[in-house]
Amino acid sequence: MPDPDPAARPDQLPLVARGLQRRYGPFRALAGVDLHVRRGEFLTVFGPNGAGKTTLLRIVASLIRPTGGTLAVFGVDPRRAPDQVKRRIGLIAHNGYLYGGLSALDNLRFYARLYDVPSAADRADRLLAEVGLADRAGDLVRTYSRGMQQRLSIARALIHDPDLVLLDEPYTGLDQHASRMLRGILEQVSGRGRSVIMVTHHIEEGLGLSSRVAVMTRGRIAWQAEAAGLTRGEMERTYHEVVGAAA
Amino acid sequence: MSLPASSSPAARAALNPGVLPGAGREARKAVLVCAKDLRIEWRNLDNLPAMFFFSLLILVIFNFAFDFASSDFRILAPGVLWVAFTFAGVLSFGHSFDLERDADCIQGLRIAPIDPGSLYLGKMMANGVSMLLVELVVLPLSALLFGADLLPVAAPLGAVVLAHTVGFAAVGTLFGAMTARTRRGDVLLPILLFSVSVPLMISAVKSTSALLSEGTLRGEAATWLTMACIFDVVFVTAAYLTFEYVLEE
Amino acid sequence: MTRPSPARSAARALRLLLPVAVTGLAVGTLYLAFFHAARERVMGDIQRIFYFHAPAGLVCFFAFFVTFLASIAYLATRRPVWDIVGRASTEAGLLLCSIVLLTGPLWARPVWGTYWTWEARLTTTLVLWLIYAAYLMVRRYTDDPDQQARFAAVLGIVGFLDVPIVYWSVRVWRGHHPLVLKVSGGGGLEQSMQHAFLGGVATYVALYACLMMLRVPMGRQEEELRWLRERAAAMRDAGSR
Repeated sequence: MPDPDPAARPDQLPLVARGLQRRYGPFRALAGVDLHVRRGEFLTVFGPNGAGKTTLLRIVASLIRPTGGTLAVFGVDPRRAPDQVKRRIGLIAHNGYLYGGLSALDNLRFYARLYDVPSAADRADRLLAEVGLADRAGDLVRTYSRGMQQRLSIARALIHDPDLVLLDEPYTGLDQHASRMLRGILEQVSGRGRSVIMVTHHIEEGLGLSSRVAVMTRGRIAWQAEAAGLTRGEMERTYHEVVGAAA
Repeated sequence: MSLPASSSPAARAALNPGVLPGAGREARKAVLVCAKDLRIEWRNLDNLPAMFFFSLLILVIFNFAFDFASSDFRILAPGVLWVAFTFAGVLSFGHSFDLERDADCIQGLRIAPIDPGSLYLGKMMANGVSMLLVELVVLPLSALLFGADLLPVAAPLGAVVLAHTVGFAAVGTLFGAMTARTRRGDVLLPILLFSVSVPLMISAVKSTSALLSEGTLRGEAATWLTMACIFDVVFVTAAYLTFEYVLEE
Repeated sequence: MTRPSPARSAARALRLLLPVAVTGLAVGTLYLAFFHAARERVMGDIQRIFYFHAPAGLVCFFAFFVTFLASIAYLATRRPVWDIVGRASTEAGLLLCSIVLLTGPLWARPVWGTYWTWEARLTTTLVLWLIYAAYLMVRRYTDDPDQQARFAAVLGIVGFLDVPIVYWSVRVWRGHHPLVLKVSGGGGLEQSMQHAFLGGVATYVALYACLMMLRVPMGRQEEELRWLRERAAAMRDAGSR
């Protein structure tokens, strides 16, 4: 497990959320989330559907605004300097954000340029090769199989070498090949001082790579702990206790 | 995947925003988005053929409605042409955001470091180019069909067409984004577009017909061209500033 | 029973007073229009509709200006009250717009022999009617309430920016035929006519205020009702788990 950078100042932490809230009318998707993520950490947030996991991720990714509380990503408030924050975040969600009408290479080049990646074309080529799609580079993404699209969308999410990677139920519907590839990529990513926040309701996947785990329910973080030494059985028990208690 | 362990390019890029000043960078991103849309069209031809066909169809229908053979082309043509162009434009404005709905690409754009305003400009330019391509083909074609000679006024006509196309694209792109998220968006788009762009429609038809009858931009056509430019500036600015509220969730 | 607060008593008093004021002003304007104002030389008595036609247009414009300001306020503060004000003002404005469009033909037919003329002000009013009717349509067809408010705010701003441009373009299109009302030599409005005109303006302003006074609290109650419904549904769901 990577040591958190001892020189990391609190205001440079990848994520500091205090009392984060998101309301939709009377419904509170997030009811006050306090969370921080240290550099190099791999945090997995477990929780049932409707717990607010996706909402939390979307707020960090600047897709929706919080209605209360504070958020700092690498010391910056995303509302104040959105571009600065967006450059350092990569999001892998259900949808691939890929243009079916463009080739794989054109998709990656577009995103690389959008993120001001230096030598965008080269980086796109390289990433395409890394995910094993170089031979189909010129084909329209529409012609790709689902597994190939998933691999390409992983490449898209990481094209700009983000320091904080957000994963929203990333293993859902992945085929074997893409699953293995994602695991391999995540291992590399987390091994190099980058931070990861993954939300999932599958306990087994989440535990393997994590350095820290949390359980979210009813819009709050109900429990968190270091993942070292936590067995799957223990995790499952804790999960059901926490979620059951809140209901 | 080879990822450098030390301070990432992403972090460096974030802290040193780059050699270009912010505005230049955003302009480049707008062009990037425009190029992306045009490239998709180039590879798939989902939009332009439909726009051409629809324009021509409108010309033909109007011919039966008003019998061009017997009436003077010069009187009816400007109105018919601009109806044809704007209805083709409606197709483009709707399509522009349909293609972002696939695989939720609009979210991919929203998490990327690009101003909503730049995103708007990029889409607007792509829509404008699509309309211009249609106009470039349909104008000479209509001249041929109706036996008129547009060559002597080709340049000023180009200016008039350009000025008004920008205006329609400006308003159409904003409303296209909005109605992509409402029920019956396909119906609301033309309703909103044609209500708000009444001045532009008046100006388009009047300046075109003034140009065709007087043969020069001086006089009446100049007044209308000025109005179109004012419309363009006002609405591009308003749309640029309010686009983020349309994209928000 | 506790005594109502002074603010609430004042509000209730206003709610009773305003409709009375509107009625009073309307009657007053009718008198001014039909008995006080001088008879117009060219068109005769039918011209008196002008005192109900033109002021409606003025106040309608004012209503849409309020929508414009409320739209900006909403986008800046996100407070629901601005959204409610914007919507109420648009509805009132649209009503006044309709009055202009209905009284116009009543006047046009006897004077110019046709129900509708593409005269500059009338045409502008028609276009405004279309724009703001579209505003209400977009509200109706947007399901998410926050999105509805945002879209409406954008339209409230963009639509109003269009108003001067529409007016100018239609005027130039129509070749600008000013409407001149004469009684005895000289242009402009003769004094007794001015009185009637102002009476009309006062009546419509009171009507606008009255409509807003009724509609805005109604909007807030609708908002509260929606909130309570959602809350109840959430509690029901929680209870059944």
